[in-house]
Amino acid sequence: MTAEQITKPDKMTGAAMFLECLKKEGVDEIFGYPGGAILHIYDELYKCKDIKHYLVRHEQAAVHAAEGYARVTGKAGVVLVTSGPGATNAVTGIANAYYDSYPLVVFTGQVDSKLIGNDAFQEADIVGITRTCCKHNYLVKNLSDLPRVIKEAFHIAQTGKPGPVVVSLPKDVLTSKMSFEYPERINLPGYNPNYEGHPIQCRRALKLLCEAQRPVIISGGGVIHSEAWLELQDLAKKLNIPVATTLMGIGTFPQDNELSLGMLGMHGNYWANLAVSNCDVLFAVGTRFNDRITGCLKRFCKDAKVIHVDIDPCSISKNVHVDIPIVGNAKNVLKVVLNEYSTGEYKYDNQMRNMWIKQIDSWKSNKPVYAVPEGILHPQTVISHIYQKTKNMKTVIATEVGQHQMWTAQLYKFNRPRQLITSGGLGTMGFGFPAAIGAQIADKDALVFNIAGDGSIQMNIQEIMTCVDYKIPVKIAVINNGYLGMVRQWQEKLFDKHYSQTPITSPDYVKLADAYGILGLRITEENQIDEALDKAIAYDGPVIMDFVVEPFEMVYPWVLAGKPINEIILSNNSDDEGKGE
Amino acid sequence: MKHTISVLVKNEPGILSSVCDLFSTRGFNIESLTVAATIDNSFSRITIVTNGDDVVIEQICKQLNRLINTIKVVELPKSADKCIDRELILCKVTAKDDARNEILRIAEIFGAKIIDVSTETYTIEFSGDTRQVVTLLALLKPLGVKELVRSGMVAITRENQFINIDR
Ligand SMILES: Cc1ncc(C[n+]2csc(CCOP(=O)(O)OP(=O)(O)O)c2C)c(N)n1
Ligand SMILES: [Mg+2]
Repeated sequence: MTAEQITKPDKMTGAAMFLECLKKEGVDEIFGYPGGAILHIYDELYKCKDIKHYLVRHEQAAVHAAEGYARVTGKAGVVLVTSGPGATNAVTGIANAYYDSYPLVVFTGQVDSKLIGNDAFQEADIVGITRTCCKHNYLVKNLSDLPRVIKEAFHIAQTGKPGPVVVSLPKDVLTSKMSFEYPERINLPGYNPNYEGHPIQCRRALKLLCEAQRPVIISGGGVIHSEAWLELQDLAKKLNIPVATTLMGIGTFPQDNELSLGMLGMHGNYWANLAVSNCDVLFAVGTRFNDRITGCLKRFCKDAKVIHVDIDPCSISKNVHVDIPIVGNAKNVLKVVLNEYSTGEYKYDNQMRNMWIKQIDSWKSNKPVYAVPEGILHPQTVISHIYQKTKNMKTVIATEVGQHQMWTAQLYKFNRPRQLITSGGLGTMGFGFPAAIGAQIADKDALVFNIAGDGSIQMNIQEIMTCVDYKIPVKIAVINNGYLGMVRQWQEKLFDKHYSQTPITSPDYVKLADAYGILGLRITEENQIDEALDKAIAYDGPVIMDFVVEPFEMVYPWVLAGKPINEIILSNNSDDEGKGE
Repeated sequence: MKHTISVLVKNEPGILSSVCDLFSTRGFNIESLTVAATIDNSFSRITIVTNGDDVVIEQICKQLNRLINTIKVVELPKSADKCIDRELILCKVTAKDDARNEILRIAEIFGAKIIDVSTETYTIEFSGDTRQVVTLLALLKPLGVKELVRSGMVAITRENQFINIDR
């Protein structure tokens, strides 16, 4: 043996190297779909025992499943798809993760690097296509770059404001050979997310919170990303400040706590919206002030001082004027604030606080309760029953997009973060079911429900077969109202009941279940709900429940788009318009 | 209000697209944009002239910073004693009879060069700050500008201020 042979490690193909890199990142489960450009990796997978691949039925579902996985574990979900149509099918999933800031690394095959730009068979410029809907992307041109790119991709996806990273892998890169070395360190001079909030700003924030007479905290998705919920709860309790959450922040503050205002925004609680509208100091943590929570921007918190904590400087002062900006990771910032408070130098007027909380309580008790008429099966009743049945179990709920999503957010009393999986920023119908699959894979002993609309479920219903293949026991509850309900609701109120293209038909879900070899149940009356849920929960496998519900229910409270959030419609009785005080 | 932003980026394919996409998707304006490698070939410097109020400019700078491959984003000071800006123009003007002399006179005043001549045209090269360029063009326009190429503005801070890679 020559000296050279001893010192040089064996050469490895790009495809083999790819799997080695994943192992270095601790990846053991991935979602994907094969095709020509990526075949070499699939050949390596065939021999690989350390990485389990889940074959879905559509690439979009692979990406949503990976996001569901990321939402439960807090780690990046990993996707592998082929070039061209495989890559373009993944785009909605990538965009969804981008707008809700969940970490993914999506690998897409690509034609030979020599052919790129020639409109080769199954060539799509996925780097160009995803440029504005992912956190970062790469086209790997040389095998020598592959380990570094993969290392960077995982780092970028999982740090700062998390998000999806796309890596395009030309076929010749996967077939060429080199010795493998995984970089130890990251060198990204242009990427230094700021984790530490400025201590002076933190002190100013605490001072303002103590001086406040009517403070409110808004807790957003960033509190989940930074795992800051305990600190947030601690601060709220110590300073006696009520907490509203955004849709993405649901679960960060237990809804059975007396300081909980629940969700605010377009379909948020009446009292949460009034509290935010009437506060004098708003402490917003990890939210980007989406229009669904602010309503009319000009009138949002117009007399309040705003403290805004976010890891992304771009979110601060983008929509809402901010008096005390704090760029940093929510957990670190809240820790600094709590530490500062423990010095005992900061005092607040608890009597004032209690008056404010009393005021909010009066809004809670004064609000006209929207009574659900008796008799027929109402969607809200179904969701309340699901809550009652599953509240003491380790339950994860994934929703689709529409009325059922809002009812779930309102009626299921989430007490844990990472318990609700829902598409907020992009609002993607068809997200929930594959995301539920990913969640179930991430947490094999959780009870995972997909609360779905009849429209949404049909967008990725093919994934039932994936559940069957891998024995993934997701329980699908279709809230079958025969309509694209949320759109119908807008048509009812704003378009003279012109139900243009919103009635939607469904297959016979019980027969469909039979065809797939899973359990199917139909529920048409309230007194059948509990029995069906018991059966579904006890059943060792996937279940589809068809809840045939009243079609014309509306989601209230409702703030019409563009209106201030204290102008709230509380029911279809027009006398019930909320009087924003 | 006009602003000049200097952006130091990794010299990699796609980065210019990322910068341009950012302006188009967020509805920001680009008045001019120039890009070329720095003394270290692995980095490029982009100079962008844009307009907007302070809130918009702040967002633009933050958004540019957010791109992974941008190393530094600096809004250049507006005052001439802090920052120097230049633009290069090449301008082909109709030059017949009396106009030929008139053009030479104007060129002389501005310190511009005639870099190509034909029986009917002069081609003028000039570099200067925005005000000089605008004035020169205003004088040439009535004489008949056949073709104009502008480089877009580049700018550098004065004295001991640098926009460089920290090492
Ligand atoms: C992919 C996609 N297409 C269209 C929409 C617009 N949209 C929002 S809600 C909705 C209706 C959803 O209907 P369904 O799933 O039956 O839920 P429901 O509102 O009836 O509970 C539609 C079409 C969307 N959010 N996503
Ligand atoms: Mg429906």
